Amino acid sequence: MAAAGRGRPVLEVSDLATHFLTREGVVKAVDGVSFAVHAGEVLGLVGESGSGKSVTGFSILGLIDPPGRIVAGSIRLKGEELVGRGEAAMRALRGRRFAMIFQDPMMTLNPVLRIDTQMIEAVTAHEAVSVKAARARAVEVLGLVGIPAPEERLNAYPHQFSGGMRQRVAIAIALLHRPALIIADEPTTALDVTIQSQILAEMQGLVRDHGTALIWITHDLAVVAGLADRVAVMYAGRIVEQGAVDSVLDSPIHPYTQGLIGSVPGTARHGARLRQIPGAAPSLLRLPPGCAFEPRCARAIPVCRAAPSLSRTPDGRAFRCHNPVPQGAALPEMPA
Amino acid sequence: MSAAGAEAGAVDLVRVEGVAKRFVRPVDLAGRIANLLGARNRESVVHAVDGVDLAIRPGEVVALVGESGCGKSTLGRVVAGIHAPSAGRMLWEGRDIATLTGPARQAYTLGVQMIFQDPMSSLNPRIRAGEIVGEAPRVHGLVAKGEVDGYVAELFRRVGLDPDYRRRFPHQFSGGQRARIGIARALAVRPRLLVCDESVAALDVSIQAQVLNLFMDLRAALGLAYLFISHDLGVVRHISDRIVIMYLGRVVESGPTEALFAGPLHPYTRALIENVPRLDARRRAFTTIRGEIPSPLRPPSGCHFHPRCPEAGPRCARERPREMVVPGGRMVACHLQDGGVA
Ligand SMILES: Nc1ncnc2c1ncn2[C@@H]1O[C@H](COP(=O)(O)OP(=O)(O)OP(=O)(O)O)[C@@H](O)[C@H]1O
Ligand SMILES: Nc1ncnc2c1ncn2[C@@H]1O[C@H](COP(=O)(O)OP(=O)(O)O)[C@@H](O)[C@H]1O
Ligand code: SF4
Ligand code: SF4
Ligand SMILES: [Mg+2]
Ligand SMILES: [Mg+2]
Repeated sequence: MAAAGRGRPVLEVSDLATHFLTREGVVKAVDGVSFAVHAGEVLGLVGESGSGKSVTGFSILGLIDPPGRIVAGSIRLKGEELVGRGEAAMRALRGRRFAMIFQDPMMTLNPVLRIDTQMIEAVTAHEAVSVKAARARAVEVLGLVGIPAPEERLNAYPHQFSGGMRQRVAIAIALLHRPALIIADEPTTALDVTIQSQILAEMQGLVRDHGTALIWITHDLAVVAGLADRVAVMYAGRIVEQGAVDSVLDSPIHPYTQGLIGSVPGTARHGARLRQIPGAAPSLLRLPPGCAFEPRCARAIPVCRAAPSLSRTPDGRAFRCHNPVPQGAALPEMPA
Repeated sequence: MSAAGAEAGAVDLVRVEGVAKRFVRPVDLAGRIANLLGARNRESVVHAVDGVDLAIRPGEVVALVGESGCGKSTLGRVVAGIHAPSAGRMLWEGRDIATLTGPARQAYTLGVQMIFQDPMSSLNPRIRAGEIVGEAPRVHGLVAKGEVDGYVAELFRRVGLDPDYRRRFPHQFSGGQRARIGIARALAVRPRLLVCDESVAALDVSIQAQVLNLFMDLRAALGLAYLFISHDLGVVRHISDRIVIMYLGRVVESGPTEALFAGPLHPYTRALIENVPRLDARRRAFTTIRGEIPSPLRPPSGCHFHPRCPEAGPRCARERPREMVVPGGRMVACHLQDGGVA
């Protein structure tokens, strides 16, 4: 799905910066991030651990606590500015207009309350409906996420479910109010292959049938390939490349994106060495002054010691790099 | 990697025959109290591994694949000598390990080394990296006392660590570097087989690629064999010569990697392979096999997979499928390959 020409996006994030003021120094967890998501669209937000994916998600939902703070930028939900709103105003939106699904479903679920109690509360917190109506809604969304016999399951406690079932309940809670936007933070990372694909299938159906805008945060490029329409690649707090999934994965512009793709087993010939990226991600406390990828980058040139600004290609891709990968060129061969 | 050591007739490095491992879970306190009041709670038995055959040739990479709780780690621990099997036997270079003594026993115990998933929890935080790596060869007298330091420095280089880091403590390393320390520690006793239990699962993709490359380099340089335990079929397809698929304590299919991917015979293998997310499969419709992974405490009757199997028939709930040998070095345990499911 092309994002162009479909009116105002559900979510627009511009130049977002979220920093943590720690004793060791300022951690620039998110530093100048911009993207948009439209209705019915899936944006894959990928990057390695610590690159700022979760902090981006938490910032959108207003879940950043001291010593963290949104220090710059704007977050607009259907045109309404969210940055600067108080906690009460954000709480009124959370769960109703947008919702988050976490890697650990117990971030959403209360271990000592029955599922029905939790779900009915989640409905009545935002809507003046009867308990009976709220219960009916709970049964409906549990069915949507593929929980068999939802009426019977409602009076169970979270510990009586398997990991996959718990994650489904957490997703069901996110769906209670048909939010316009769902942010899913690695929700299937801890699950087994067959359970993961059950959940991916259900999320795909929801986006298709209800036009939900979905941000899928993951470190797994292959999941993004199968699920997302567009992808944004994060490195050290910045989006280094973003665009349609096919163009980014088939002809990456940024050397880091290219390196990540080469690192995924299955792209190289069986048994051949993987095209590894040397070194490790930098500490966000001691970022190099220019391009943060410079110490690991095979394409680095002297000018990379100054920060690259955002560039765009004619086909709508955005990237930050002084010496982008030539387009149309095959991926470089591995040095022996 | 083409299968080094795959020539017919070569003696298997390790061979596992009919191995089972049962764990007994005692009745908990609440259950014991209930028993005083007349309830009949009994200890429960988990059949973590339920009659498995497995062979690894010198220099071969065998992958053990399956979903959580299916017994991969338990089988890996049996092979590494950490768990004694409850039934069956294990051969090291053709000799039953139960009969090994003296130097032959040491050749086995040092010959198989295990590398764990979480390098942090398997490294003592108060011991310097150089001592972690050098301890076993010193204790076992594999290198002369005065040469341990140089030996350790060489191992650090071999796994891609700066030898100057020998004086650092584990917490001063990144995740990928800690994985390398774990590997250097295992290599220090000159093993012939590494049992890698989800050894790259916790690492970021770019670091995972570095460690996988290291495994492949070590195999080429030292002729190491691997039992590579993973739930990640992408990784497994890349690195292994042969794949063994487990479901709930049993091997359901095994065979050469490419043949198994090209034509899976068992419905579970097929479902696993179809569900692997792949870079080249864009905006695909995810298919599913229904149902949850059953508890190994109460495995389904007959074929363990029958409640989830799209092809199951009445025979599947009744009868445990036989392990059928299939030409091309393959094995499958499914009634479909053995007279049908009716
Ligand atoms: N020491 C033990 N005591 C009791 N039960 C155990 C023990 N070790 C393993 N089990 C049980 O044996 C079964 C197989 O466990 P195992 O750790 O081998 O699974 P696995 O395939 O490695 O799973 P995962 O992918 O989650 O690591 C599980 O049901 C597990 O709970
Ligand atoms: N509460 C906090 N205090 C200080 N630093 C934090 C906090 N939360 C996250 N960070 C830092 O912000 C960076 C980005 O984290 P995160 O968004 O969680 O990464 P990921 O991409 O893995 O989701 C990391 O360096 C992390 O250590
Ligand atoms: S800006 Fe320079 S160092 Fe950074 S990714 Fe591009 S080429 Fe590499
Ligand atoms: S034996 Fe029956 S249930 Fe088991 S995998 Fe084969 S067809 Fe399916
Ligand atoms: Mg995260
Ligand atoms: Mg395990």
